[in-house]
Amino acid sequence: MQEFVNTYFPNLVEKLPDFYESILQTFEMVIRSGIISLILGTLFGIILVVTKKGGILQNSVVFQIVDKVINVFRAIPFIILLTLVMPISRSIMGTAIGVDGAIVPLIFGTVPFFSRQIESALSEVSPGLIEAAESMGNSKIEIILNVYFRESIPQIARAISITIISLIGLTAMAGAVGAGGLGDFAIRYGHDRNETDITLATVVILVVLVSIVQLLGNLIAKKNTH
Amino acid sequence: MITLKDINKKFESEGRTVEAVKNVNLQIKDGEVFGIIGYSGAGKSTLVRCINLLERPTSGEVFLDDVELTALKASELRKERKKIGMIFQQFNLFASRTIYQNVAYPLKHSGLSKAEKKKKVEELLELVGIADKAGNYPSQLSGGQKQRVAIARALANDPKILLCDEATSALDPQTTHAILKLLKELNKKLGITVVLITHEMDVIKEICDRVAVMEDGKVVEEGDVFTVFASSQQKITRKFVDTTSNLSKIHQLLEEHAEITNIKPGECIVKFKYLVRSASEPLVSTISRQFQIDVNIIFGNVELIGSEPIGGLVSILSGKPEDIENALNYLRDKNVGVEVILDARVR
Ligand SMILES: Nc1ncnc2c1ncn2[C@@H]1O[C@H](COP(=O)(O)OP(=O)(O)OP(=O)(O)O)[C@@H](O)[C@H]1O
Ligand SMILES: [Mg+2]
Repeated sequence: MQEFVNTYFPNLVEKLPDFYESILQTFEMVIRSGIISLILGTLFGIILVVTKKGGILQNSVVFQIVDKVINVFRAIPFIILLTLVMPISRSIMGTAIGVDGAIVPLIFGTVPFFSRQIESALSEVSPGLIEAAESMGNSKIEIILNVYFRESIPQIARAISITIISLIGLTAMAGAVGAGGLGDFAIRYGHDRNETDITLATVVILVVLVSIVQLLGNLIAKKNTH
Repeated sequence: MITLKDINKKFESEGRTVEAVKNVNLQIKDGEVFGIIGYSGAGKSTLVRCINLLERPTSGEVFLDDVELTALKASELRKERKKIGMIFQQFNLFASRTIYQNVAYPLKHSGLSKAEKKKKVEELLELVGIADKAGNYPSQLSGGQKQRVAIARALANDPKILLCDEATSALDPQTTHAILKLLKELNKKLGITVVLITHEMDVIKEICDRVAVMEDGKVVEEGDVFTVFASSQQKITRKFVDTTSNLSKIHQLLEEHAEITNIKPGECIVKFKYLVRSASEPLVSTISRQFQIDVNIIFGNVELIGSEPIGGLVSILSGKPEDIENALNYLRDKNVGVEVILDARVR
């Protein structure tokens, strides 16, 4: 193994500590921005579902606003978003560079996507179930938790895994503006210095990461489908 | 008792107004099985959903005993809703929960202890005859079994009323019969009031005490089932009644010039219908004896509503014209509906 790495990844071996550091940074970015994005996205997703026409808290003003804002942010390419939200990033995180600087743009890039995912996951719950719950005297919050969420666990699990995968992709892109992480690592060495083995190693790690997330998502979805 | 007062429900959709329910007044008494029949789009579901306010009437009042549901705050309404169970055509079971969990679901905030809940759920599953499926998921059950679970779930909070929106429309005739039987049993055993929507007169005939006929948002006819069957006032009601008997088949036979409708001069084809509870009298033999006419029964349809026979006969009468006329008058006096369908009497 050691020999294999030495032969085929000569540049990587020299920068192993840096490599590990990058992996950790990627993890850090995914976890920090991921948690916040999942929370916000879930919130907006549920708002979309309950306020839309025929929803249990129908409210077209709220729906239209959230719907349009999400559309706007989804339309902005992430690479532009990165620079666009720099001022916000500075005022919240105190910096617009490094891992800390990447969190805010990552959230802006992920929340709209995840909101839509949650919206479509929850929309699959049959109106009949909502009606049955209402007829049993359930409150709105009970319906949201016990029916909407509970009944769409498989879809939500898939939505989360797809979102995390897309988030991993975004962190790599964030690397381009000096956010650190695997993307940054690959650009600094793999691209700028033409050390192809570095690029390859980065790709392998990313593929493994993505596969694990996908696998977990599918597993949870399958376990909860009856 | 459920009291509906001047219920109107309008829907606005794409600038168009649909009046789904128009000025409906109804009283549904405790312990009865009340049927609502009508064609698709008549407003049956909307009306029934107005009872537990899944649909809020545009105007009008809904009372459950002395409580005006339409005047309650959301939290009070939720409490009242627990007294009104509801089952649906599509069963609406929670796919992510086992049968046991589905039935236990309405007991979530009931204040019962875990052991009490368990006992309650087991009793309910026993009651609807599906105790052996407690650990299964809904997807593993047949339609009839799913509806049994839905019934058990609807009964969890010991409601006084059970609303059934086409509860048997997705089931085959045999299963339909079994579910209806179960509903009747529950009605008898628990004294629960059942409100049942259907578009099949057979369902009404099988278990209802009273029926309301809906057309175009209005209740056009209402009464106890026998009366509505025997002497329907509205065309639409008669159409529904006809679907459950073969008496109307005679018209089809006539159109097709079937062999049996080729009557000889001096004969006529008559449809008799029992309008009051009188089918026990030997009317056919009486008229043939008393008026010297021959009564040839082509076909008949007599069955029981509750314990009352209802239905009629289609017969070919032959004899002297005046004898036939007298016989028909005699029957009319006995409150038998008489309709001469094809007349070849010579005068
Ligand atoms: N939410 C709604 N928005 C707009 N129109 C509606 C709505 N619900 C019902 N309607 C309309 O109201 C009318 C009555 O509908 P309803 O569902 O009560 O009929 P129904 O008698 O139950 O018919 P079916 O036998 O097909 O179930 C129909 O014209 C229907 O299109
Ligand atoms: Mg309906």
